[in-house]
Amino acid sequence: MRYLIALVLLVLPGLGLAEDWEDRLIFNEGADGPRLRVISSTDTVLFAPLIEGFVAQNPLISIEYLVSSTADINERVRATPDAFDVVVSSAMDLQLKLANDGFALPLDDIETPSWAQWHQSLFSFTTEPAAIVINRTAFEGQQLPLTRQGLIETLRERPEEFRGKVGTYDVRESGLGYLFATQDARASETYWRLMEVMGGLDVRLYCCSGEMINDLADGTLLVAYNVLGSYAAVRTEGKDTLEVILPTDFQTIMMRTALVSHATQEPDAAGAFVRYLIAEKPASQDIQSSLPPLSSEDSSADREAIGLNPALLTFLDDLKRRKFLSAWEDAVIQ
Amino acid sequence: MTDNPTVSGSLRNRLVLTLIGGAAVLAVLLFFAVRNYAAQVAQQGQDNILEASVASILDAAALRDGVLEVDIPYAAFSMLSTPSDDRVFYAIFQDGEFLSGYEDLRLAGGAEESDWSFKSGELRGERIRQVSASRTLVGLGRQTEIEVVLGQTQDALSQTLDQISRNAALLGLGFFLLTAALSFWVTSTTIGQLNKLTTSVTRRGPQDLSPFKKPVPREMAPLVTSLNSLMGRLDQSLSQSEDFIAEAAHRVRTPLATVRSYAEATLHRVERKDNREALRAMVRAIDESSRAAGQLLDHAMITSRADRLEREDVDLVELIRELVQRLTPIAEMKELSLSLTGDPTVPYSGDPILIQNAVRNMIDNALKYAPSDSAVEIEVNAKPEVKVSDSGPGFPPEEIGQLTRRFERGKNAVGTIGSGLGLTIAEDVATAHGGTLVLTNQPKGGACVILSL
Repeated sequence: MRYLIALVLLVLPGLGLAEDWEDRLIFNEGADGPRLRVISSTDTVLFAPLIEGFVAQNPLISIEYLVSSTADINERVRATPDAFDVVVSSAMDLQLKLANDGFALPLDDIETPSWAQWHQSLFSFTTEPAAIVINRTAFEGQQLPLTRQGLIETLRERPEEFRGKVGTYDVRESGLGYLFATQDARASETYWRLMEVMGGLDVRLYCCSGEMINDLADGTLLVAYNVLGSYAAVRTEGKDTLEVILPTDFQTIMMRTALVSHATQEPDAAGAFVRYLIAEKPASQDIQSSLPPLSSEDSSADREAIGLNPALLTFLDDLKRRKFLSAWEDAVIQ
Repeated sequence: MTDNPTVSGSLRNRLVLTLIGGAAVLAVLLFFAVRNYAAQVAQQGQDNILEASVASILDAAALRDGVLEVDIPYAAFSMLSTPSDDRVFYAIFQDGEFLSGYEDLRLAGGAEESDWSFKSGELRGERIRQVSASRTLVGLGRQTEIEVVLGQTQDALSQTLDQISRNAALLGLGFFLLTAALSFWVTSTTIGQLNKLTTSVTRRGPQDLSPFKKPVPREMAPLVTSLNSLMGRLDQSLSQSEDFIAEAAHRVRTPLATVRSYAEATLHRVERKDNREALRAMVRAIDESSRAAGQLLDHAMITSRADRLEREDVDLVELIRELVQRLTPIAEMKELSLSLTGDPTVPYSGDPILIQNAVRNMIDNALKYAPSDSAVEIEVNAKPEVKVSDSGPGFPPEEIGQLTRRFERGKNAVGTIGSGLGLTIAEDVATAHGGTLVLTNQPKGGACVILSL
């Protein structure tokens, strides 16, 4: 009996975890064909148009859309690869490591530029920059900071105004936040100085872009750094208070990637879904609820997006990650 | 004459097969040599990159406050990017204890004694190339060893190798085709020399036994030497036998003349009719033998002169007229007349002795067969040809083609003195001058022999 209770106690958190989704939605329920389980870090409101388009083309396929954080997605897929058919995430490094570790099924018949895929098993389908988003009320009559340096100066000039009202990702929790942070740190020392300044202003740390934008909208935050531009663009629509700034010094641009789990039961349907994600361009650019498409016009020479290559594994190394996080904590948590 | 020689194999086929076979073997060797070399170079390239990557990771290791820190440089993995997006595995160990990376990599790697080790192995179902190296770090009162193992799949490598293999195969094939074409050419040129010799042997005239003078390749010189010496011996034995015949004829003729004069003298003295008949038959037989011997001599002379024809400018009419004058007494003895008609002069370049001899044989023939009191007509025209016609019985039509053979005589010649060499001689002379001898019968009766020069 005691063992049974122990067993139940052991299993319960697991069950709880399985049900613990940020969002869960089934599209085209009741279709006769296969059901694809898509695990994604993208908010449903942004992804729904894509799925609806897909099920309209493939009425026999139903899709269970599960939303979770990037780090959580990585853990779940590693733990139970057969529980998901398609994995969509913004954390390119975690996705690449999944593919490198053999969790992705190579799809040979997908035509996409070599920079937009890795090992013919990981495919990018959007290009999304990290942005500085501000609440306009704090900048009445002031010049908007267009660079990180400009943001540092702004924060230093009016520390009391911004104290407790600046936010960024908690890179310890968020996979995407960690990716942005490491790429920023690689690009410029300015990142560390910005983190020190923000840390000095009692920075609020978030798991997700959505929450940051919510807090910006209601005035809890005045400035958020490294917010996903795509989310911000959707949320600033019809809200004059928010302003999305793409820094002019350098941009960190993420490509949202999808892979088909190697343990999928529905490789054909899953492959078709990934193919659809790559091929689908928003019907019209003014539908702001869509994700920005892959900017294919970028030539490889001046493309600023983070490259899909093994270098992404570097910061996922345990020792490296520990070192980076301790440096980050030193800067941010004072 | 045209006995087919026993054929065993073909030089051409043997040469071609050997050369093409050799080319095929060489092409295959070339393919494997190139492929093998390319594989080595490509592997070396991958090893170099892996080595650089491992070195950069080892270099980034440091002991800080006694704790090992490995700050993997971004470039360490960035440089491992390949066109085929090869998968990368790494593991970092401290004093043999796993620190970070892919723990299963060690299983494939194993402990290594030397500093650097390169090996091929398998990890997670894929063939990988694996490099490991270690470095000893010395801190305050502490010494620790860090080992880095780095593995990479070989998709790009095998893609490169496939491409090189394809190119090497094309190279080998091109080499083979070129060599094959070359071997065909070489073979036909070589065999062509033999064919040339064969043609020049075949083309030779029936009497031509002179040695071959045209240059031949060194390898064929012994063959030509043997051929020449064979022909030399043949020529020698032929001329020996001709000399022998001439000598024999000459030796027989003189005693025959003596015997004939004795027989004539005896004929005058003998009174009895049957004895006189016997003596006359004897004289006729002697005449026949003497004539045959003379013609044998003529024939031998003509054969030797025809082999080395010496032309000089002569007037055919003058030449024949002289002959006619010489023969007129003999004709008159037989109560025949000789008439010479035709063009006043016919200049010609040829051997006068041969031509006179030929025409004399033709006139002799006519004299033999012409009936008494008839005329033998001799016509010389500017074609140039010499026509001798009589009013005798003519040639038997069914035999007309064979009469110029040696010792061949017409059926109607029985009872007439003759050796059967006369027309042969005339034809030999015509052939030596590049002309022909034509035997016809005249419509009004009588034979007509035309010597065209």
